[in-house]
Amino acid sequence: MSWDAFPEGGDEAIGSAAAFRPVPGGASAFFEQAQAGVIRSLVSQIAELVSADSNAAATGPASNDMEAQLGLSSHAELPDDPVLARLLPDGYSDDPQAAAEFRRYTEETLRSAKVASAQAVLSSLPPDGGEVRLSEPECQQWLRALNDVRLALSVRLGITDENQELSERLLPEDPRSAYVWVYQWLAYLQDSLIEALS
Amino acid sequence: MGVAPVEVEQPVTRQDTALDAPWVTVVWNDPVNLMNYVTYVFQKVFGYPKAKAERLMLDVHHKGKAVVSAGTREAMERDAETLHGYGLWATVTHDA
Repeated sequence: MSWDAFPEGGDEAIGSAAAFRPVPGGASAFFEQAQAGVIRSLVSQIAELVSADSNAAATGPASNDMEAQLGLSSHAELPDDPVLARLLPDGYSDDPQAAAEFRRYTEETLRSAKVASAQAVLSSLPPDGGEVRLSEPECQQWLRALNDVRLALSVRLGITDENQELSERLLPEDPRSAYVWVYQWLAYLQDSLIEALS
Repeated sequence: MGVAPVEVEQPVTRQDTALDAPWVTVVWNDPVNLMNYVTYVFQKVFGYPKAKAERLMLDVHHKGKAVVSAGTREAMERDAETLHGYGLWATVTHDA
């Protein structure tokens, strides 16, 4: 786990980082247009990623249609994409057969829940930014969606040690370095949302 | 033992409650999930008081993993599924 919920100072991009504050019945925050754009883009990518695979399964043979209707996944194995593997982890670490069975019965529901969280963010965060006021249930969806984005970014950024300085790990010319501040800002944003709910 | 179906609606069988207990849900440490988020999730999912949720969070953080709930196999699978929904990595295992 990470202590590092606060962005490093001095970075222009996160100089005026949006943060949530408590309001009656939920939380609220102001987002610049660029900030809204970043969040909307990232949660959309998560929604696409987790739904792409399952759609492919649902359009397969009839047995798969039935499985889809029952909320069963045709997948039995950990996804190859490391981001998907992190978002849809195994439920057993020491029993591959039980892990496969667990996945068959839970993966579709988990994918749908992640898409729903992403959609809740998209429907409450205007593309142009502005003041966002969330109900308590919306806060829950935002927390999960922001966390999914951070999990995905962590895999892409190769974050394996919470104590490692992110900025020292990537060379400046590495295109991923642009996402380091996004990762840190989203931690800050998520942290503020948890505090607003506490 | 065989792998039982894990549909949420399925009633817990006598065998599950009597012979299969105790199963446990384990949460594993990772470098991403914020400490206050993990504490928050334990409170939200299990209804644990903040002190207990914090203690479990610190166990996860310092020891690499912690047992967060115990009970029937089906109940533990539901817990793991719920925790996966929050982005925590949880697994089910037999309490050995």
